[in-house]
Amino acid sequence: MAKEKAVIRTDMTHAQWTINEMKKNKVGYFMVAPFFILFFIFTVLPVLLSFVLSFTTFNLLEFPDFVFMDNYIRLFLDDDIFITAILNTFKFAAITGPGSYLLSMLFAWFINELRPKIRAVATLMFYAPSISGQVYLIWTIFFSADQYGFVNAWGMKLGLLNEPVLWFQNEDYIFPLIIAVALWTSLGTSFLTFIAGFQVVDKALYEAGAVDGVKNRWQELWYITLPTMRPQMMLGAILAITGSFGFGGVITALVGFPSPNYCAHTIMHHLEDYGGQRFEMGYASAIATILFFMMIGANMLVTKMLRKVGT
Amino acid sequence: MSFQDLKQKYVRYHNKRLQNKQQFTRSINRSKGGDIGIFVMLAIVAVIMVLPLVYAISQSLKPLDELFVFPPRFFVMNPTIKNFRDLFNLMNKSWVPFSRYIFNTVFISVAGTFGNVILASYAAYALAKIKFPGRQFLFSIVVYSLMFNSTVTGITNFLTMSILGWVDSYLAVIVPAWCTTFGLYLMKQFMETSVNDSVLESARLEGAGENLIFWKIAMPMVKPAWITLIIFVFKDLWNMGASMFIYSEQLKTFNYAIGQLVTAGIALSGVSAASTVIMMIVPITVFVITQSNVITTMSASGMKD
Repeated sequence: MAKEKAVIRTDMTHAQWTINEMKKNKVGYFMVAPFFILFFIFTVLPVLLSFVLSFTTFNLLEFPDFVFMDNYIRLFLDDDIFITAILNTFKFAAITGPGSYLLSMLFAWFINELRPKIRAVATLMFYAPSISGQVYLIWTIFFSADQYGFVNAWGMKLGLLNEPVLWFQNEDYIFPLIIAVALWTSLGTSFLTFIAGFQVVDKALYEAGAVDGVKNRWQELWYITLPTMRPQMMLGAILAITGSFGFGGVITALVGFPSPNYCAHTIMHHLEDYGGQRFEMGYASAIATILFFMMIGANMLVTKMLRKVGT
Repeated sequence: MSFQDLKQKYVRYHNKRLQNKQQFTRSINRSKGGDIGIFVMLAIVAVIMVLPLVYAISQSLKPLDELFVFPPRFFVMNPTIKNFRDLFNLMNKSWVPFSRYIFNTVFISVAGTFGNVILASYAAYALAKIKFPGRQFLFSIVVYSLMFNSTVTGITNFLTMSILGWVDSYLAVIVPAWCTTFGLYLMKQFMETSVNDSVLESARLEGAGENLIFWKIAMPMVKPAWITLIIFVFKDLWNMGASMFIYSEQLKTFNYAIGQLVTAGIALSGVSAASTVIMMIVPITVFVITQSNVITTMSASGMKD
């Protein structure tokens, strides 16, 4: 965000000037108030509160006891499942985050090469899975465990499988299957952002580029298009990363909770387990706080990297 | 005809061809092979993307005997709407009637979307167009809020909801939807680029209040943006499954009910496919109608640093 240039004034101090501006524009505060009061109650306050609660034992019944770092120590040293959860979350985010980002980018670019009418149809085809609600549950029918499942039946018919495979109960298959479903539903808002971003690049830049020796579409993409759509790339990255940490619901719907041998157990599930079922709120708050810092950290890191594109 | 004439004629012809060729080459720096390659690749992946959706539709139209054919066919042979009828019958017999789940989903989606669009647009207008101190700070909090999801706030929101007495009521899912920040973010970015300051300034000189300017000038100018907000907020609420704030069966959503059906196994696979088809038709239709508005809005959505 661009800082406005400070006006140097001699007739009043900065504080006086600020108060003056506040009075002059007080209608602005009234207009943001309804939204931001709710936003503070339901988003800012919970984050702060869970940070505070993470240092206590709180079970909804007794008054919370301050235990300092105990929850965190327990998480990292005594809770093996949490370690599994953290590894799974990282593994999952490291594949689906960049994966969905690159897929969105690549296909948005390809689609941009099409004529407008086909472009609209193609956009719909790629975007549809992400807005179709629980349609990903069709994958459980497709990969159904009995011989009526499409994959099992044809695998057996063609002699590839000897007996029906329990796709969503077998530890070997769960992870790749979830990744596939996640990527399938991941061409969402960031994909639309890129589609729009490609369309607003000034066409004159391409002509100028051609004169200056840009020879093919790859060079055009790298030297002209991507640097001009950096703002869209930033937003797309944030949406992709936040999304890659938020697939817990999909996993629960596909493999159930808890997953066999915790092989698809993520931090979200661990949080749900302790917060929603065991009501160990202090412990759950510690998990939430860690998740919060993981997401913010990943986002900050990536946006910092993206700022360097084309500079 | 002399040789000179012939040569001139040829040169003229040749130039014209060159000109035509330049007009017809679609764009600079595009090779034909590349175009074809990209088109083929797009076509293949597009088919993979929609295949599960097509399978869902095909499955929902299969009569019972086709559901049990071995090996199963991908496409339906004798389409029937029996599964949809069964779905309605089954849901009507359940403890909570089918219509109740649908009502919940529609009510939550509409009330949540309406509130969010109004509140977020109001705040976005102030952030974009009224120069009050602190607006940059507020906006940067909004940007940070895009970096984490509601899982983080779920536990403590549960406490808030209990204190407010909202647990197990519509309020617990509708009111938090009013203050989701992505809509505010989009609206603010769009207002900054497409609402002209001089128009607002002249309206202010005429003595119009900010409230009037917002409703009569700014909102009509950002129609693509609020249409986009509507689809984004709506599709999230429409697709919402079980909420941790709601226990009563009669307050649960249609999506939750479907989730219960699908896990019931192969005997109901036609019925559950029918229900996923019903669920997906609504957001897809809304997107088809609003697509051009959405793309227009997203083009202003970039994050400037």
